[in-house]
Amino acid sequence: MRVGVVVFPGSNCDRDALHGVELAGGEPVALWHEEPDLHGAEVVILPGGFAYGDYLRAGVLARFSPVMQAVRDHAAGGGLVLGICNGFQVLAEAGLVPGALLRNASLRFEHRWVRLAVERTDTPFTRAVPAGMTLRLPIAHGEGNFFLPDAELDALEARGGVVFRYAPPEGNPNGSARDIAGVIDRRGNVCGLMPHPERAAEPLLGSADGLLLLRSLVAGGLAAAAA
Amino acid sequence: MTIVETAVPATDLATPLHRALGLTDEELAAIGARLGRAPNDLELAMFSVMWSEHCSYKSSRPWLRRLPGAGRGVVAGQGENAGVISIGDGLAVAFKLESHNHPSAVEPYQGAATGVGGILRDIFTMGARPIAVLDALKFGDPDDERTRHLVRGVVHGVGGYGNCVGVPTVGGELVFDPSYRDNPLVNVMAVGLLEERHLTRAAAPGPGNAVVLFGSATGRDGIGGASVLASATFNETSAAKRPTVQVGDPFAEKLLIEASLELIEGGLVEGLQDLGAAGITCAVSETADRAGTGILVDLDVIPRRETGMTPVEVMISESQERMLAIVRPALVADVEGVCRRWGINATVIGRVTDDGAIRIVSGATELARIPAAALTSDAIVYQREARAPVHERAAPAPGVHRELLETEPGLPERGMDPGAVLLALLGHPNLCSRAWLTTQYDETVGADTVEAGEHGAAVLRVRGTPRALVMATDACAGVASQDPYLGAALAVAECTRNVAVTGARPLGVTDCLNYGDPGRPEAFWAFTEAIRGVADACRALELPVTGGNVSFYNESGSGAIAPTAQIGVVGLLDDIDRRVGPVFRSAGDVIGLLGSTTPGLAGSVYASLAGASLDDRPPGLELGRERALQELLIEAAAQGLLASAQDVSGGGLAIAIAEGCIWSGLGAELDLAVGSTPALELFGEAPSRAVVSTTPEAWERLADLAAGRGVPLERMGRVGGDRLHIRLIGLAATGAAEERGAGVADDVDVPVGALEHAWTAGLPRALGEEA
Repeated sequence: MRVGVVVFPGSNCDRDALHGVELAGGEPVALWHEEPDLHGAEVVILPGGFAYGDYLRAGVLARFSPVMQAVRDHAAGGGLVLGICNGFQVLAEAGLVPGALLRNASLRFEHRWVRLAVERTDTPFTRAVPAGMTLRLPIAHGEGNFFLPDAELDALEARGGVVFRYAPPEGNPNGSARDIAGVIDRRGNVCGLMPHPERAAEPLLGSADGLLLLRSLVAGGLAAAAA
Repeated sequence: MTIVETAVPATDLATPLHRALGLTDEELAAIGARLGRAPNDLELAMFSVMWSEHCSYKSSRPWLRRLPGAGRGVVAGQGENAGVISIGDGLAVAFKLESHNHPSAVEPYQGAATGVGGILRDIFTMGARPIAVLDALKFGDPDDERTRHLVRGVVHGVGGYGNCVGVPTVGGELVFDPSYRDNPLVNVMAVGLLEERHLTRAAAPGPGNAVVLFGSATGRDGIGGASVLASATFNETSAAKRPTVQVGDPFAEKLLIEASLELIEGGLVEGLQDLGAAGITCAVSETADRAGTGILVDLDVIPRRETGMTPVEVMISESQERMLAIVRPALVADVEGVCRRWGINATVIGRVTDDGAIRIVSGATELARIPAAALTSDAIVYQREARAPVHERAAPAPGVHRELLETEPGLPERGMDPGAVLLALLGHPNLCSRAWLTTQYDETVGADTVEAGEHGAAVLRVRGTPRALVMATDACAGVASQDPYLGAALAVAECTRNVAVTGARPLGVTDCLNYGDPGRPEAFWAFTEAIRGVADACRALELPVTGGNVSFYNESGSGAIAPTAQIGVVGLLDDIDRRVGPVFRSAGDVIGLLGSTTPGLAGSVYASLAGASLDDRPPGLELGRERALQELLIEAAAQGLLASAQDVSGGGLAIAIAEGCIWSGLGAELDLAVGSTPALELFGEAPSRAVVSTTPEAWERLADLAAGRGVPLERMGRVGGDRLHIRLIGLAATGAAEERGAGVADDVDVPVGALEHAWTAGLPRALGEEA
């Protein structure tokens, strides 16, 4: 299973994501931002970092890069795309997932270990997560405060668009509406979340819960390829 | 950001140019002697930055030679951009501590941010990928609104830069002391990992090779930073020096890291040097001098951010995120290709020559011609006068060891409730939780962080091996205020002990020495004493000092800072699965104290809380005992005997035990034999001790090991329950209780929840940010 990890200038979790894919049994391949080509990747990860310095607004410049055209085409064809942290911000700016990520309510960068309730375990991104399990993952961002107008939040919830929610005991770290930590698009093949599964993929690093998401992705890609 | 009109300060007839640039008449004469003629204005400006204290180490150089530099595995040491020590398997670790004090006092966000940027460049210039940052921050009283402004700005700056470049900030120190009020200390340590074959030198070998400047364009920021800002005492007019502070761009630095490492790994560069203080002037003269060559610079081709910059401005600008590479002519196109891929500008600005001179040309005109050595290795050196200050003896602190009180009878502990004192200490700004700060730092980017933050030393695994690097930074300025020799030696002991309690063997030491005006004999004496202290401690522990930094002029109108020898240590853990943490593990485990208490409360947090005078005696340090303790800890960890180990330092034994409780959520039941006074036993900060816990089965083996090595081990009690209960026993304890009167607790007996609350609430409360 080839999993592409996009490298934007300023990406700083690309190496971590490539390593995580390897741990999950996938074949990682780095995708350079200037090339509108996925080099045979069946699944694409947009990693964390500060793409193009996050100048102007987090993720807003990255959506115009050449590789994003290939990512859009991939998503339009039903291919799986996962955006982590800055990758989620890029997906939101590109309109591939709903919502906007505002500055944290604390107005500070927040690095914490959080707990995530997995609202849906029937997606290609979460299928390896046992139902009812909460995940322990780190967050590290200044702009992760998920926002949508109330009516759209209602619609998002009604269609099962919320995949991850911050859960007790640590709770909501950034002021996100309805504790939302991650969402999925209408077709169910593009997902974005603020916490970092790739940093929690080995017990040595404090948690291996993130590996469940990466494994889901590798397996989910197989299913999509077979379909 | 204000733009300075010109780098050369406006002069009037009464102030000759050299003085306006910070050079003395004696230095002007010395420059003339080296050139064989009078310097022109550009040459004078180049000398003024290179002969600044910051770049030349003109006061400290003769003393720095006294630090032991040799050691097992050292592949790059003092004089290089960073120390590098081999860790086996063809890998090596690069590390260094550096100060950015004055810029942070003037402009806290940018000052701290560019401090991080500068030390990271020192690391990747050696060919190492930066893997960790630690920040050692010292501020004045947290009640002071200006201090709060500085704390917020500096923490935001460290995080803003480190988080963006993707290097985790994994540890450090935060200390409040009134002496730092107007002159905070921002010392940053960076650690990198490299394949030894990629070790790169900051030298310019091979006449005919191209000199390539890559990274950001050169602008008017940071002009005179080294000479005007860093190398002068601080005063009210320092705010006017804000334009001398550089402006950082972590995004540009991230690209620079990737491009530089790609150039090194591709074998495309002969030498690499970052541009920091004194900009292009420093980079070309240092690289040429190290290789015994010269460099010819074509001023006209240097990319500028704006038009109208003078030659002086271009040559001494400290614009950030720039690198200088020495490249064989045939490889210049490849270097340009790598830089282009990363969106970085690369320009050939000159070539290496064989005449040993730095020459600056514009068109057909030669603007400057200076022997490279005259700017660097042959710069002026001063033999400064050092004189110990005269202390006046003031009243002793409550709880001072009885021997010291013979001439001053009193009741040092009347009314002391040890549990209440423990809670007060846990909430003290210098001992409480650092979560307010560590949550603003990305600790886990890189996916190698095993331990970070506030539980002692940071542990990062070395991917693809069973090993881990363990790192810490410490200073003991409280003791150094009274005895700078002891303070510096204690800092080395504490920092190495912090690494050794994890089971890691310390590899080497980096130091950042922060002192006052070297022209003041008392301030210079403190510096020389610190050198002696660091050197003695490192010799006794058989550790090399692989580099560091000296920061003088840390003074303001209100006086000099506490003399601060900040120490950084990196250690190697052979088997990461054998690492030992500070957290109690299981109820029923046996708790013991390794090492023995020596008298002396001066410099302790208890003493500062109780209003001690600085003239109380500090605890003694026996380096032989320290070494025996550390070797025992390393051996016990290797044998898997320890469930936990925690260094006894700030706040003393009671704090070390309380932290084990707070972090585990487990209580403890202990007896403490009081031989002198309860305050000394509970809160004294005598060095060379560690609180350990073991399973009951492992206890005897640990005891045998300790006895065999002559390290005292006292069995104190057990982990368990939900309270910390320390029974004070012995005659001295009873006596103190009688002095305190009826109804006052003899014991520490506090629920773990209360300990945790005190510890957690401390910093937000101190900074006025209680939720």
